[in-house]
Amino acid sequence: MIGLVVVSHSHKAAEGICELAAQMGGDAPLEPAGGDGEGGIGTDASRIGDAIAAADDGEGVVVLVDLGSAVMNAELAIEMTEANATIADAPILEGALNAAVEATNEKATVESVLEKAEEARTYRKTS
Amino acid sequence: MFGRLSYNMVDEPTQQEAIRAAAEAVADRLEDEKEYLTELDSAIGDADHGSNLARGFRAAADAVADDEESTPEELVKKIGVTLISKVGGASGPLYGGSIMSASQTFEEGVTAESSVAFAEAYLDKVKDRGDAQLGAKTMVDALTPAVHTFKKSIEVDELPPLTAFAKATAAAERGVEYTVPIRAQKGRASYLGWRSVGHQDPGATSTWFIMQELLEVADDYLEGETDVDARSPTIPEETPDEVEEEA
Repeated sequence: MIGLVVVSHSHKAAEGICELAAQMGGDAPLEPAGGDGEGGIGTDASRIGDAIAAADDGEGVVVLVDLGSAVMNAELAIEMTEANATIADAPILEGALNAAVEATNEKATVESVLEKAEEARTYRKTS
Repeated sequence: MFGRLSYNMVDEPTQQEAIRAAAEAVADRLEDEKEYLTELDSAIGDADHGSNLARGFRAAADAVADDEESTPEELVKKIGVTLISKVGGASGPLYGGSIMSASQTFEEGVTAESSVAFAEAYLDKVKDRGDAQLGAKTMVDALTPAVHTFKKSIEVDELPPLTAFAKATAAAERGVEYTVPIRAQKGRASYLGWRSVGHQDPGATSTWFIMQELLEVADDYLEGETDVDARSPTIPEETPDEVEEEA
């Protein structure tokens, strides 16, 4: 199954988004990687790397990110991992929900999960 | 490729010693500048630049302090890897990731030629990782003039590496000054828009501080003048790359 990693500057935000996505995504592996690892706000490449390793069962991982350094640290973690991991260019919450639903599809691939996550870019809240 | 091969630097054990000394000097300096850098960062960022960098470089200096085994390339890589895990924020990947990636240019040791290659690789990686171009009010604004000045001083003007690095450090200072009046386009500061104008970029500033310390340490090991400015004595007819190809 394709694994998902949620990278936020806030540990609570990453956990909360995983919680929401798990409601939709059943048994898809979902790993939060939030905060700087010392209880503060930030992102940390080695935490993200550990989360990718935990979410990967060999089929690959899609990574959802929030702002600035989350993208850089996720890129760095991906460069240092053996897993087939890719960052979704998507809003972190809506993207994670879409990705979690797709990940439970038996035929899901990294590409199909990525595509579903990135569909969330165009979602409107009103109108 | 270079006109003056006599500018070969120092032997490998001395390179290793100099790298450890440089890591120590940078760690001490950033500890001293911690509050100043954080003050700059609190104006236009998230007020963690000073403490993050000081913590990271202290850990990096400690990581290599007693390492007598590693080659120069491995020492530099170790500094980068330690920074990635200890600095956090965007500075971890930008400083640590770029040092780690550029360290491979020192495979054959630290020479004038490999130092230019390191500088270029470091700048490329920072620009690539941060997706930042010149003029976005980032460390790229200090690094770009520094790297160009270093490359030209060595490859065209054939200055001793120490003098070339002194000119590069002077160029970085001018880059830092340039970040003050321009509007931020990258990082947390870009959210402030016009309010970022008038503030000096913390990343450009710490980059210049790091170069000042590298210069101090280099001065202990190499010959050459260091009281220089960023101006070049020549206007080349070719770009440095073309000079390189012809040689």
